[in-house]
Amino acid sequence: MKYEVVIGLEIHVQIKTKTKMFTAAPYHYGAEPNTLTDAVVLGLPGTLPVLNYEAIERCAKLGLMLGCEIAEVCKWDRKNYFYPDSPKNYQLTQNEQPLCIGGSVEIELPGAARNIQGEHRWVQLNRIHLEEDPGKLSHTAFDTLVDFNRAGVPLAEIVTEPDLYSSEEAVAFLNALRNLIVYTGISDCDMEKGQMRCDANVSLRLKGSEVLGTRTEMKNLNSISNVKASIEYEIKRQAKILDANESVIQETRRWDASKNTSFSLRSKEEAHDYRYFPDPDLMPVSMDRNRVDTMKKALSERPFDRQRRYQEKYSLPYTITSVLCADRELSDFFELALNYYDAPKAIANYIVNDLLRELSAHSEVGDSALSISDTKMKAESIAELVEVVESGLISKQIAKEVFTEMFVSGESPKVIIEKKDLSQNNDDSAIEALCLDAIANNPKAVAQYKEGNAKAINALKGPIMKATKGKANPATLDALLQKLIQASE
Amino acid sequence: MTDLFYSDISTLNKGLDSKSFSAVELMQSVIDRTDAVEAKINAFVDRDIEDALKQARASDERRARGENLGAFDGIPVGIKDILAVKDQSLRCASKVLEGYRSPYDATCITKLRNAGAVIWGRLNMDEFAMGSSTENSAYGVTANPWNLECIPGGSSGGSAAAVSAGEAIVSLGTDTGGSIRQPAALCGVVGMKPTYGLISRYGLVAFASSLDQVGPLSRSVKDSALLLEAITGHDPLDSTSLNQAKVDYSSALDATAKKKTLGVPKEFFQEGIDPEIKEAIEKAIDWYRSEGYAIEEISLPHSELCVPVYYIIATAEASSNLARFDGVRYSHRSKDAENILELFSKSRGEGFGEEVKRRIILGTYVLSSGYYDAYYLRAQKVRSLIRQDFEQAFTKVDAIITPTTPTPAFKRGEKSDDPLAMYLNDIYTISVNLAGLPALSLPVGMTQNNLPIGMQVIGKAFGEADILSIAHDFEINHGYKDMRPQI
Repeated sequence: MKYEVVIGLEIHVQIKTKTKMFTAAPYHYGAEPNTLTDAVVLGLPGTLPVLNYEAIERCAKLGLMLGCEIAEVCKWDRKNYFYPDSPKNYQLTQNEQPLCIGGSVEIELPGAARNIQGEHRWVQLNRIHLEEDPGKLSHTAFDTLVDFNRAGVPLAEIVTEPDLYSSEEAVAFLNALRNLIVYTGISDCDMEKGQMRCDANVSLRLKGSEVLGTRTEMKNLNSISNVKASIEYEIKRQAKILDANESVIQETRRWDASKNTSFSLRSKEEAHDYRYFPDPDLMPVSMDRNRVDTMKKALSERPFDRQRRYQEKYSLPYTITSVLCADRELSDFFELALNYYDAPKAIANYIVNDLLRELSAHSEVGDSALSISDTKMKAESIAELVEVVESGLISKQIAKEVFTEMFVSGESPKVIIEKKDLSQNNDDSAIEALCLDAIANNPKAVAQYKEGNAKAINALKGPIMKATKGKANPATLDALLQKLIQASE
Repeated sequence: MTDLFYSDISTLNKGLDSKSFSAVELMQSVIDRTDAVEAKINAFVDRDIEDALKQARASDERRARGENLGAFDGIPVGIKDILAVKDQSLRCASKVLEGYRSPYDATCITKLRNAGAVIWGRLNMDEFAMGSSTENSAYGVTANPWNLECIPGGSSGGSAAAVSAGEAIVSLGTDTGGSIRQPAALCGVVGMKPTYGLISRYGLVAFASSLDQVGPLSRSVKDSALLLEAITGHDPLDSTSLNQAKVDYSSALDATAKKKTLGVPKEFFQEGIDPEIKEAIEKAIDWYRSEGYAIEEISLPHSELCVPVYYIIATAEASSNLARFDGVRYSHRSKDAENILELFSKSRGEGFGEEVKRRIILGTYVLSSGYYDAYYLRAQKVRSLIRQDFEQAFTKVDAIITPTTPTPAFKRGEKSDDPLAMYLNDIYTISVNLAGLPALSLPVGMTQNNLPIGMQVIGKAFGEADILSIAHDFEINHGYKDMRPQI
């Protein structure tokens, strides 16, 4: 393609707080329609907004995590437009002075293969501002219904610079941003629940050109795959227009995921005049610099910083760290386990392989995988499991059985081993007798081994493991068999 | 003894305490008086007599148990139809809120209930407080008790007329550009707009949020002081309500009045002022001088810009504040809307009156992209200059004396076709709202046609005690407090 794609994203993230942005009404997802409202949420005559300082603090924390400047004052503007999901027919937002200015997000571009780390790049942000979520409309065949539960939920709008250059980069950006926000605990960013929503501004220009082309804005992107598909659709649409020497019209478009297509909502000429002006009901609040500095010092580690640390300090491979660091709960669990027993590789392997397998195996069909906190699994148990394997108390084979058991019961490995009598049989005389039996009963395998086929010895191990119920120490068994075979000559 | 409905709060307290009469008898006296004169005055848009008597009974029961809640226990307080009272109609004298009842109490109403007051009726007003004559009400005009042909002023015309006519002991109004002081002046009663932020606006249906303030109307300065005391205090539900130490305004009335310095702004006595009003105010100033007050001429150089600045800022805020009356949730819904856009435009078109529509359009215009800087932003800059004028003046004086209105009450219909002439009626009161200062109006004379003349006393921010004591000093040395209209 002779064009370069330039993409800017606007991401709305619901900030997780007990109460709404401007009133004490609670919010949580999935409640009966219009049950999480009060006089302020419904914009009843005479009501006034009151600031939720927790939401402001959380948004500032997000800004600090993304390297933004925090504004000196937090102030509010009214964005005026008529729409039935808007109880006051204006939205309280921060037009003139966003709470967070600038900033950037580290992203990882797709690698050459899934198990190969991709290139990292910083995507520049323009701003993050706070606003209130509107209600939600449901269109039926006869009517449009409004649910004001969502109205007034604190919303952070993250606006990037036009600094993304492909649909893959946009996806990488959203994944990185989501992971980072979930790390901070500011939002769960569940796009299906509307906790994170995205609008995409797309334009094309001839490669090498410095001037941005005419952009369109795509709305209603409620999954990362929608973002990708809609951007790719828009690139093709605009390229076709430009190829025909026609002009792209600046407009707002709406993505229809069911038809995999977009349609024009309104052109630039039809754009709303929002008549912004400072909200006279909310006084500007100065952001305490000491408080901001304290927050800055207390910031948690960013996911990519954590991944780099694991790779450098523990020499963990990308295939492990990319899984471990994609989920803060997993990596926190990993670090907790390390406190009990310092074996990063073995512990990481148990978490990324065994623990994740059990979590997905135990989750209900259709539900997302269980999280560790839903289970009885303890970090010290994984540490202890690694420790008993390394000390030779049980084999790796038995460890798998112990793992499954401790996932279900929450008991420690030592208790399970004791209860089930799983400790390795290191009674050499008993094993020696079994070995001699095996050698005597398998002359063919013995002969093959002697001819240099080392694997033939496995045929001898099988019956011995069976007889000991797997408790024979595999290393001891190997050495003993070799010694006895040599001796049998 | 005077009629109960025309008594002041101290007298009524003594009577209630000594069991000369009960709160129910007091309420009944006000109800009977209202029944007698309301056909002529039309001060109320709604009266829940049962509810008022029920509150009065509860007051009597408290007193019988020895649980007197204070100066307001059992006192009927009339309420402007713009303040939310739980389960009562709240229409702001507009058709757009026909049938609407508030599910909650405004904070000032909660405070009055806690003080034992009887919340009495819904007082008429200009629709959404937009007007200076109470002619912009969807529920009929209110008459001036001093001359039934004349308007009572506005927008709190019902609040002023009811107090003047004995249909309430005191009342609450709201003042965005003079809406308490102007009708108080025209009806011969005391009315006060407190400092912006002194009284919670929670439950006051917003017209212009940065200017609106709740305030008292009464027949005496002391009763206004008492009512002000009852409703002040920080409210966590209003971010613009300030956390000020509580002041005992009524006790401070006699204390410090003498020897204050009063400023007289020359700009307020130039063209456009009725000669009788000018004379009455000058006479009052002479009286203050003779009593030992220092009188100083001052200048408020930006005064002439107040009206245009006000009509930009107030209408801009109003255009946004009134957007919620859209027909979707609780306000009037048009029956012949085919789609959502028509639902909005027809519901609003049918629900709002002419003056409200005029101001919404004006406010929408001044906020529009391309016009915002020239109008709204510039108006905000001039507003700062107006504020600075007052700050400058208050370095030299303790309070400022002006007429409240340029003319006495005018005839009904006289100015209703000339919005600009109507707007100029607030020329002396508007700057006080723009500067956020306290000011009151008290009667200081009568015209030859027997219409009241009001004088405005403007104070420093939170200088309510000063202006109340200055007004009280004049009041107790003159007889206007006890003048009653012949209805």
